[in-house]
Amino acid sequence: MNYFVTDNTSGAVRLSDIPELSYGEFYDDLAAKLSDERYHVAHYFALPDDRRMRFFCLLLDDAAGQVLVTSHAMEYYEDTALPSLTALHPQMHPFERDIAERYGIRFDGMPWPKPLRFPFDRYDRRSSMDNYPFYTMEGGSLHEVNVGPIHAGVIEPGAFRFICNGEQVLHLEIALGYQHRGVEAAFAATDNRLRQVCLSETVAGDSAVTHATAFTEALAKLAGRAYPEQLVRERTLALELERMAMQIADTGALSMDVGYQLGQVACEALRTMTINTTQAWCGNRFAKGLIRPLGTDHPLTAEKASMIRRNVAEIARRYDEVRHDLKSSPTVLARFEQCGIVPRDEMRRIGGVGQAARASGLQRDIRASHPWGIYASELRHEPIVKRHGDVMARLMMRCREVLQSAGYIDRMLAASEELLAGGSAVLPAPDYAAPLAPDSLAFGLVEGWRGETCHAVVTDAEGRIAACRVKDPSLHNWMALALAVRSEGISDFPICNKSFNLSYCGHDL
Amino acid sequence: MNTLLNTLLLLAAAVAIPGVINRTRARLAGRRGIRFLQHLYDVRLQLRKGAVYSPTVSALFRATPSVYAGAALIAALFVPVGDLQPLLSFEGDIVAFAYLLALGRVALILAAMDTGSSFEGMGASREALYGALVEPALMLTAGTLALASGQCSFARIFAAGAAIDTQQIVILLLATYILVKIVFTESGRVPVDDPRTHLELTMIHEVMCLDYCGVDMALVKIGGWLKTAALSLLAADAATTAWGCPWWLAAPGAVLLTGLSVGIVESTQARNKLSRNTTFILTIAALAALVFFTCYLLRLNIGLQ
Repeated sequence: MNYFVTDNTSGAVRLSDIPELSYGEFYDDLAAKLSDERYHVAHYFALPDDRRMRFFCLLLDDAAGQVLVTSHAMEYYEDTALPSLTALHPQMHPFERDIAERYGIRFDGMPWPKPLRFPFDRYDRRSSMDNYPFYTMEGGSLHEVNVGPIHAGVIEPGAFRFICNGEQVLHLEIALGYQHRGVEAAFAATDNRLRQVCLSETVAGDSAVTHATAFTEALAKLAGRAYPEQLVRERTLALELERMAMQIADTGALSMDVGYQLGQVACEALRTMTINTTQAWCGNRFAKGLIRPLGTDHPLTAEKASMIRRNVAEIARRYDEVRHDLKSSPTVLARFEQCGIVPRDEMRRIGGVGQAARASGLQRDIRASHPWGIYASELRHEPIVKRHGDVMARLMMRCREVLQSAGYIDRMLAASEELLAGGSAVLPAPDYAAPLAPDSLAFGLVEGWRGETCHAVVTDAEGRIAACRVKDPSLHNWMALALAVRSEGISDFPICNKSFNLSYCGHDL
Repeated sequence: MNTLLNTLLLLAAAVAIPGVINRTRARLAGRRGIRFLQHLYDVRLQLRKGAVYSPTVSALFRATPSVYAGAALIAALFVPVGDLQPLLSFEGDIVAFAYLLALGRVALILAAMDTGSSFEGMGASREALYGALVEPALMLTAGTLALASGQCSFARIFAAGAAIDTQQIVILLLATYILVKIVFTESGRVPVDDPRTHLELTMIHEVMCLDYCGVDMALVKIGGWLKTAALSLLAADAATTAWGCPWWLAAPGAVLLTGLSVGIVESTQARNKLSRNTTFILTIAALAALVFFTCYLLRLNIGLQ
């Protein structure tokens, strides 16, 4: 058996239970499996352990709803080059680049061994952000346009280098890493559980609930504890509220970028209403402080539940009008349709996830393929999938998801109404001292608004968190943006970019 | 006295148009909007500041804001309000008007290239293309006005008074329509350009001014207002002449015509894809040519049965 088979609801995996393959076996097996669309890699990372380097891989089987965990290992100072999987399956590129950059592991045949985020403790200190050689092309009629790393407004830093023929983009290279803060190292540097959870909320500011949920799910698995259904429901509620808020905000931002004022101001107002609803619930507009391990500080009350239900219904009603407006406005359609297309096959090869993948016709949705919590029981999630893969598809994706989330929130609140009215829903307070299983690996796999988010937590022999490896969906999808703008006009880059709305700090960690 | 009034009305229109645009947009978005004269306060602030120059730019870059604002001011001084007498006027000033605007544009394009920034180079190339396309439209419309009235100076064209026959009224109204469209293009508003965007890659006019600040930025802005006011006044003049309205209607007419139309379009429409701008502007030029030739045929008294 090459894999330890588990799923998104089972408990932690003991490190000794994870099979350790030779790299040859690992390579052959993964190469064969990844050719099949049902598999994609959720996480692949290296962990130094004493004098050994162990590589863990989480492979998702979307058809069977299974998570396949495997590993391979080598001596810490061994310097044989491993044959690169990226050469066969481009979706492996962020993982292999990360491993190579951090530990100096060489991958043979890696098509583009580009550093991922230039961490402080990288293997090759001579390669830095300042001397990074951008890809260039020769040609009398070509010109290069560099945008960033400092951008106008409040956009995070990231460098975009375009090679253009007149107004047409031939190639876009995205260089990230400017937001690298050492988040993963900070997880292992403290034993303070509260601090670790707060840290997970700040991995990407616009996905606070998503990342906190992924981290606390992993913690709960390691603690081996189940929690009341109402708590699961409230977390899912927060996740769907976050999804609504961000999708509405992006609808507004897309309208703004094409100068469509009506869409912009309507969505800005609705987004404020959504995050204010979250604030009225837990005191923070981005729901920081709401997701806590094994309990909650802000249990829903009957009044709060009816307030959320009322607000969400109103938001959904008004947002539907905006959606109708956008769909029937010819000038808006002219900008969004047939712009920034990523075909399904390309999306699959680069391992695209989340809403961007679904807009290209690739059904990647953890809520449906690897359901956890309430998604596995009460909500039978049906992912929304679009075919065209253009900006319009990604926008319509957002529109539909907002309404779908509003429907879910309504259903969940209806289900908890009786419980709350009876006053029987006494939820536990957070437990920051729960002992974790030693020498184990647990993962939190959550479909955030942007897509598949994975936190892999590994504990040491004393049950302390030895490493938390975070994967934000942006890690995969930045490549999709680079492909989307090829042969588009350079002036359409901003709307392509906004249609993905990827995270810089989620990528840079 | 007559001339002084004309100049004051022109300046008042230049100041009022941006205010009306902002107010219209805010109201349509359901907001109260900024102060009516906020743009004047902004410019006052900028005029009090110094200027910072990149070490790579030459004297051309420093001279451009003055040239741009100066050219726009002189061009605007040719424009009468109704049948008032403008400050500057001579036989053939319609050509001088068009090419003063072109002079300002060329100066701005060269200054943008001078900075060596890839953004500004892109902006310059776009501005050059659209400038070249809109110029025939402007010249043909000026020609139409000249042809319809038999005069070659704005002052005399509109001093001739109310239009006599239906044919002329139609020609003048069409000229008004074309001039309003030219205002959209020349002042960089939606759907051609978006003055509010922060995205350098999509800008046309704004991106060429990225390296300007303080006094220079203020001059470029003032130049823009004057240019918009001059073209709007021409449109309003044509409209008032067509309807035989009193002269004083031209000034508020210009403010409302541009202010409302730009405000409404900017609130309800998305801007064009950049490649569609060419079509948009060429359509204006084609319409201008059509109107010009229609006018020409009418002058030959070829009846349109």
